[in-house]
Amino acid sequence: MRTLELDSLVIGGGAAGMAAAVECAERGCKTVLVEREASTGGVLNQCIHNGFGLHVFKEELTGPEYAHLFQKQMADRGIDVHPDRFVLKVDPQKKEVITIGASGATCYKPNALIMTTGARERSFANLRIPGTRPSGIFTAGVAQRFVNLQNRLPGKKAFILGSGDIGLIMARRLTLEGMEVLGVAELMPFPGGLARNISQCLDDFDIPLYLSTSVVEVHGKERLNAITLARFDPGTGKVLPGTRKTIEVDTLILSVGLLPQNELIEDFCEVDAINRGVRVDSMMRTSNPWIFAAGNNVTVYDLVDFVTLDAKFAGQMAATIIKGGRLAQSAIPLKRGKNVGAMTPGKVCAGGNPFTIFLRSRKVMEKGRIELGPGLLSRVHMGIRPSEMLEVKVTQGHLEKIQQMGWKELTISLEEVEA
Amino acid sequence: MKSKKMVCISCPLGCTLAVSYSEDGKEIAVSGNRCPRGVTYAEHEIRDPRRVVTSNVKVLGGEWPLASVKTTGPIPKDRIRDLVQLLVPLEISAPVSIGTKVLENVFQSGEDVVVTREVKKL
Repeated sequence: MRTLELDSLVIGGGAAGMAAAVECAERGCKTVLVEREASTGGVLNQCIHNGFGLHVFKEELTGPEYAHLFQKQMADRGIDVHPDRFVLKVDPQKKEVITIGASGATCYKPNALIMTTGARERSFANLRIPGTRPSGIFTAGVAQRFVNLQNRLPGKKAFILGSGDIGLIMARRLTLEGMEVLGVAELMPFPGGLARNISQCLDDFDIPLYLSTSVVEVHGKERLNAITLARFDPGTGKVLPGTRKTIEVDTLILSVGLLPQNELIEDFCEVDAINRGVRVDSMMRTSNPWIFAAGNNVTVYDLVDFVTLDAKFAGQMAATIIKGGRLAQSAIPLKRGKNVGAMTPGKVCAGGNPFTIFLRSRKVMEKGRIELGPGLLSRVHMGIRPSEMLEVKVTQGHLEKIQQMGWKELTISLEEVEA
Repeated sequence: MKSKKMVCISCPLGCTLAVSYSEDGKEIAVSGNRCPRGVTYAEHEIRDPRRVVTSNVKVLGGEWPLASVKTTGPIPKDRIRDLVQLLVPLEISAPVSIGTKVLENVFQSGEDVVVTREVKKL
């Protein structure tokens, strides 16, 4: 087996991996990026809609354009991309990574490992919906790949389950490509995707959104021919009697959430039960000091720009260690208080760099107060929605206060206040 | 004065705008916006709603059968479907690079349709 010694190895060539690799290389680290597919870019390649890059590039780009800017940056810095290569094993004892590709197996021995493996879509099998198991049921990302990369339409008449952003984007895309999209159902009493996507993908095309509604049965022998919808009581989570309704469709598109992917490291790195992703501290380190992580494998972000920002920081921190620098060691837990769902980082290094906390509310609030305690920061925020991440910047001043006070843990919480 | 609630689509923040406007659309008052783009968006939405449109065109001899495209700026909302129909018969040959113009000044909007993906020749 070929062995390659290097400074930093990045696993996964999506938005996070490209940004982390660029930062490492910029600081003089010999960097290799390993990618499962033939080219880098990840899901950006199939996200042909615009709206990416407003934070990072200060302009509105499509997914392929956003990916291309990073591909150029990687090429300019001489980063070695090893495509079509699959990682078999990460060995934390020997600090090596075993991979396989067309040219055979390669063992990488990096001084630091950056995990940017992203997320996968929750599938039909995860949903346990009764009925037959016909063809015609696709995740939104698979349908998006068919339509935007392979020039194939998944069917003629579609219904969309789940109001995540990819589902909303696909409702518009499939309509423009000539399919009939009958509607979007969302089990929760509020939409899963961004408000702008409800407006420009559904309202613009008169596609109805049914809240507190889900698919309770699928029908069809070989190909899907109908689905049964029902309304749910948001309080009890039970089907409301008399609300079942069967509609004829040949295609069901699922946009029911993303699951962070950490099979390679979850046996020896701490995982956050609510994010379902690998836990990192405010220096982007996992519980194993050799491994850094960033992007959707940590928590599912709403904007690629935020992924890029966190991944750049991970690359900078990894480069610091590689170049013989030291990162602050002791980290105190950052705990979830009231109404906080997904949230990262899970630990705070008071002696480290300033950083940003990204979090999601568990409920819709017209007006809410974010508190980072005990007594570090309090801020009122308008229009809080679970679909949109909140950012809380922790400054050098905050970090000094944490050290001064000798706090052993921090808590972040959200409280509804009178509008 | 009429009033209307709308979501600003200028960026992913998606501010909820409360817009009141005169029948002829000459007077428009906006609140709920977090930046000046919200006002511009609401004014356009009342007087002449426009959208940036993204889609694909066929590529011959490329690593992918399609290249993604976008309008260089927003075009009238009621022409979105017409634009997509204009793109259906188009075919371009690989290699294709970002920024290549495939249609010019669509519907006299002053906006072009340009490629947004590099497609290498096979």
